[in-house]
Amino acid sequence: MQYTLTEEQELLRETVRRLAKERVEPGARERDEKGKFDWEMVTLFRENDLFGLDFPAEYGGSDAGMLSLIIAVEELSKVDASAGLLIDLQELGTLPIMLAGNEEQKKKYLPKLASGEHLAAFALTETSGGSDVAGFRCQAKKDGDSYILNGSKIFISNGGVADVLTVYALTNPEKGGHKGAAVFIVEKGMPGFSVGKKEDKMGIRWSDTAELIFEDCRVPAENLLGAEGMGFHIMMKTLDFARPGIAGQALGIAAGAYEYALAYAKERVAFGQPVFNFQGVSFKLADMCIRIEAARHLLYKTCAVYQELPKDMSRLSPEQIRLSAMAKCFCSDVAMWVTTEAVQVLGGYGYTREFPVERMMRDAKITQIYEGTNEIQRLVIANTLK
Amino acid sequence: MKIIVLMKQTFDTEAKITLDGQGKINRQGVNLIINPYDEFAVEEALRIKEKHGGEVVLVSVGADSVQEALRQALAMGADRAVLINPEMEEVDEFTTATILARAVSGLGYDLILGGWRAIDDGSAQVAGRVAEILDLPVVNQVTKIEIEAGKAVATRDIEGGNEVVEVSLPAVLTAQKGLNEPRYPTMKGIMQAKKKPMEKKNLADLGLSADQAAPKVKVLEYFLPKPRAAGKILEGEVPEAVAALVKALREEAKVI
Ligand SMILES: Cc1cc2nc3c(=O)[nH]c(=O)nc-3n(C[C@H](O)[C@H](O)[C@H](O)COP(=O)(O)OP(=O)(O)OC[C@H]3O[C@@H](n4cnc5c(N)ncnc54)[C@H](O)[C@@H]3O)c2cc1C
Repeated sequence: MQYTLTEEQELLRETVRRLAKERVEPGARERDEKGKFDWEMVTLFRENDLFGLDFPAEYGGSDAGMLSLIIAVEELSKVDASAGLLIDLQELGTLPIMLAGNEEQKKKYLPKLASGEHLAAFALTETSGGSDVAGFRCQAKKDGDSYILNGSKIFISNGGVADVLTVYALTNPEKGGHKGAAVFIVEKGMPGFSVGKKEDKMGIRWSDTAELIFEDCRVPAENLLGAEGMGFHIMMKTLDFARPGIAGQALGIAAGAYEYALAYAKERVAFGQPVFNFQGVSFKLADMCIRIEAARHLLYKTCAVYQELPKDMSRLSPEQIRLSAMAKCFCSDVAMWVTTEAVQVLGGYGYTREFPVERMMRDAKITQIYEGTNEIQRLVIANTLK
Repeated sequence: MKIIVLMKQTFDTEAKITLDGQGKINRQGVNLIINPYDEFAVEEALRIKEKHGGEVVLVSVGADSVQEALRQALAMGADRAVLINPEMEEVDEFTTATILARAVSGLGYDLILGGWRAIDDGSAQVAGRVAEILDLPVVNQVTKIEIEAGKAVATRDIEGGNEVVEVSLPAVLTAQKGLNEPRYPTMKGIMQAKKKPMEKKNLADLGLSADQAAPKVKVLEYFLPKPRAAGKILEGEVPEAVAALVKALREEAKVI
């Protein structure tokens, strides 16, 4: 394991930082206000080949590894958390295929996802169960050479815009979620699949979050990933591999808020001097700096470990699972704390929409909730300590 | 079509300039970038190559740190790079142009592109000097280039309008803002860049002696502009304010 970034990763960071500053930051406030999915961002990331950073080269990806993806997510999230999320969701939605897909499925779906021509979504959560897998109801009944899906999903990121969705459903309800579930590849436009209500959210406002409805939706049996009964395992492993993405988003939000607050504190004058000169302010910034650096090290270490692991259905060790849960939990807690303090450093201005830190504070909150709440992360971590 | 791009690494446009103890410009901790006008030249070279085929070769004079800028342009899609380190304390436009011209003549070319000026010293001399040494026509500050058989048609900004000129190739053309919008390197490009050739040379490799390239201009002193004092707003009714202004102009600013 190498402890410094490679020359390529440094140049990627520089490049994405520039692109973020020149092309993403200028519209961030407006996109947040409108709360509408932004296809121009999709085009921008397609043109700059940012969707397939961690996709295998044989399917059109850059094969640059998880750390490279996370660096890009971090740099985009510094200026716009929904933008960072967008490229990360491509990874999340596709991971079930990368982990459990067969050759034909990979050949059919990965290239267009790697290029960003198609967008991906990962559909697990239902109204009857978010944290609790036992609550899931969505069913898939075998019928000849296809499965019939019935049920609904809620809060699905990219749900209304994705072309390819990986959907978790019960094939054998008697056996329950742990043994009786499977994951299916569903394509936009399949008869019986429709998009329901879109959420109006506190943060990541232009990211599309939607309800998915399956009414006798016929999915070809060849779209089953792995085998019946593997659903729980596929979903868990997907989340283990995907959590660093959310950690990267959180880290970016934190770093963006910190950089803004630091520059502001050096400019803003009170009592005849920059507010940075007051220890009450500079210590806040010192604490932000400590936590962000610590979060970054934990996350990069996690990525360095994960990018050496095969993307298949082999089991992860408790240490590996713990690392990914710790990175997600710690980075998101840091993001929430840092953004709240950043608003404080800016005083009344920080509370207004004229300045970006209140948006960053709203955006930070989701990172403690999705892809497993931080309570669930602590549960996962504690389970590995038994 | 063999296209040479003359490229310089400069301070970031947002860099804060300070002087060190010896009164020299402090380079410590400053973010370095491709001179933005040269970046237009790189982009244009790539577009011409994509349309007409050929090769894009980057040539730069500077310290080893310039490799970073060259790597970035290689990641954008240029084919190879040559970096000449003059190993001198200070260089002037004569030095740079002499070295560039020598390096370029050894490479062969159909077209030479560069930025019309560098944003750091802003002298806007180097490309023109290279053209002079190589006995080539030069068209400055172009905002559009069309390549046709053996010639280039270039549009340049002039006061109040545009001028379209035709020039036979080979020629030196310098890029002005508006020529294009440079692409960002992609990760695939970045990963390929590492495998592309980057030659490092010194003066001896080009058959130049230190004397032949020695600068003719010597910098005597660098100094920073005086910090601007805070403005002053005169309050009160207009007649009193005017009187106060006149008084301040006479007694404080001493301009009347
Ligand atoms: C904007 C947004 C985007 C999302 N994107 C996706 C997506 O793309 N795909 C997808 O599948 N889902 C997505 N989700 C869903 C998200 O992952 C869930 O909301 C989350 O997992 C929590 O589930 P829940 O909302 O049902 O909360 P609940 O499970 O009802 O939890 C309520 C509270 O109880 C706590 N809690 C529950 N069980 C325990 C326990 N055992 N111990 C301690 N505390 C517990 C939770 O931490 C939480 O604080 C998204 C959600 C949002 C808001």
